[in-house]
Amino acid sequence: MIGIEHYLVVGAILFVLGVLGIFINRKNVIVILMSVELILLAVNINLVAFSAFKGDLVGQIFAMFVLTVAAAEAAIGLAILVIYYRGRGTIAVDDVNRMKG
Amino acid sequence: MDFSASFLLVMPELVLTAAGLILLLAAAWGGDKAARGISIVASLVFFAVGLMLVPSLHTGVDGPDTLAFGGLLKIDTFALFAKALIYLAAIACLVVAPAFFNGPAAGEERGMRAEYPVLILFAALGMSIMVSANDFMTLYLGLELNSLASYVLASILRKDQRSAEAGLKYFVLGALASGILLYGMSLLYGFTGGTDFASVRAGLDGELSIGQLFGLIFVLSGLAFKIAAVPFHMWTPDVYEGAPTPVTMFFSTAPKVAAVALTARVVFEVFGGQVAAWQQIVMFTALASIVFGALGAIGQDNLKRLLAYSSINNIGFILLGLAVANAAGASAMLVYLFIYVVMSLGSFTALLMLRDEDGDLYETFADIRGLAVTRPVIAWMLLVQMFSLAGIPPLLGFYSKFVIFQATVEAGLVAFAAIAIAASVIGAFYYIKFIKVMFFDDAVDLVKGKSGSGHWVLLILTGVIVSPLGYLITGSLKDLTDKAAAALFVAV
Repeated sequence: MIGIEHYLVVGAILFVLGVLGIFINRKNVIVILMSVELILLAVNINLVAFSAFKGDLVGQIFAMFVLTVAAAEAAIGLAILVIYYRGRGTIAVDDVNRMKG
Repeated sequence: MDFSASFLLVMPELVLTAAGLILLLAAAWGGDKAARGISIVASLVFFAVGLMLVPSLHTGVDGPDTLAFGGLLKIDTFALFAKALIYLAAIACLVVAPAFFNGPAAGEERGMRAEYPVLILFAALGMSIMVSANDFMTLYLGLELNSLASYVLASILRKDQRSAEAGLKYFVLGALASGILLYGMSLLYGFTGGTDFASVRAGLDGELSIGQLFGLIFVLSGLAFKIAAVPFHMWTPDVYEGAPTPVTMFFSTAPKVAAVALTARVVFEVFGGQVAAWQQIVMFTALASIVFGALGAIGQDNLKRLLAYSSINNIGFILLGLAVANAAGASAMLVYLFIYVVMSLGSFTALLMLRDEDGDLYETFADIRGLAVTRPVIAWMLLVQMFSLAGIPPLLGFYSKFVIFQATVEAGLVAFAAIAIAASVIGAFYYIKFIKVMFFDDAVDLVKGKSGSGHWVLLILTGVIVSPLGYLITGSLKDLTDKAAAALFVAV
């Protein structure tokens, strides 16, 4: 029998993967964008699982809003990445270092 | 409460939405030539919605009458105060922008874009929703509306590599913060009983379960990211340095007000029954921000970077007021917030006036050597702002620190107040470095560019408010913040 805890564990694993993906990743900014999506996915799994478990629709409505905002966020992220690439000619994480201090 | 009453309560937000959409169309049709006109209209809109707040701000509103749309939003005195401050800061950032973008050497790449005022409008709309949120869903949507507009604002100079990099960094860390915040919200939803603040609070009574504790910590971490408090402050210096200076000025004022107000609302209204659980966290963040803000600024050569550390330091004092966890502390926090916004606007306006003949900005200490000889008015105004930021009496910055320390000491947290005072002495070092460089170094006479009249008005106005004359308004300011803080503690 699959209970709520299984969903929460999947959500937690995805969340940790997302956070690690942002911090450990040294290669490429696109991977960071994917990690952000992973975090939001973890949140959605949590929300929907809780919602189904409690028989309360609010969580699913919240998940819909999160999906919408995630789409807008990805669009803006990619747009910023494009202007960054036009200026620098690279999207390697290690090269994001015009400013230091 | 019926639907029409809800619409009346959110009238400022409705006007901002309508104005944002219409001006976006105007920007699409008119192109960048229309930028100045759109900017003026946007300022007038902010002024108009600001006036709408005045009557209820004057009488003070709290209790069930302030709930709109079935408890999704709560437009009480606290929200109104924060909104008024946000709109004022937004107007200031619109006023200084045209002269910055349209310098003599501005071409296709530098000129002011018509989207700038529209993005400020949408960001301010998001902040309005944030500060009046009474449900995690509205909180998240307001926060994202603000953040998404801010990411674009940071990278609005598309051809400038530093601006693009600032936008990228702000985006990545902001998205991470939103994700952390959201994960915390999902846990709180699951382990309490709903997303509205009242039912989360009701579900949080008694001993906290592991899930609830994680939820609380994730939510607080996400909010700490947004207000740039230590240990989640690392994006601030880079973003402040890279973003165009009017945008930096915006970041250091309006979103700070919104995020601090939001944090206050969340800790008092959602976690109000669990003070012991969050008080230590907020106190640690406050003291760490004060100390790191003071230490990090030492050795910085870039003025914008330095002001970024200064803002981290100031956020620490604001959080210190929050950590006191009573109405007096919240009121002191709002007083500090108001004075901080004025000082921030004043110092960034002064930085915006340090231009060469081509209209490019000077940003380092070496460029302002002997400014007191070459441009005395700017130098003296900068002196007033820096002394005030350092908290030296009789300037208004002293009053703001005084009320925070008073609230802290009255709550019996003397040791924490002592640490904060010690760190603010360290902080005074780099503020006074401004004075040393401007007044006692040999003049280099680099600053030649002309400044717009808007800059002068703002510079003098903030200078006068921060000067000892500002004590004339402290009485009514204190009344207002007391009312606003009291609204936080009214159970609905």
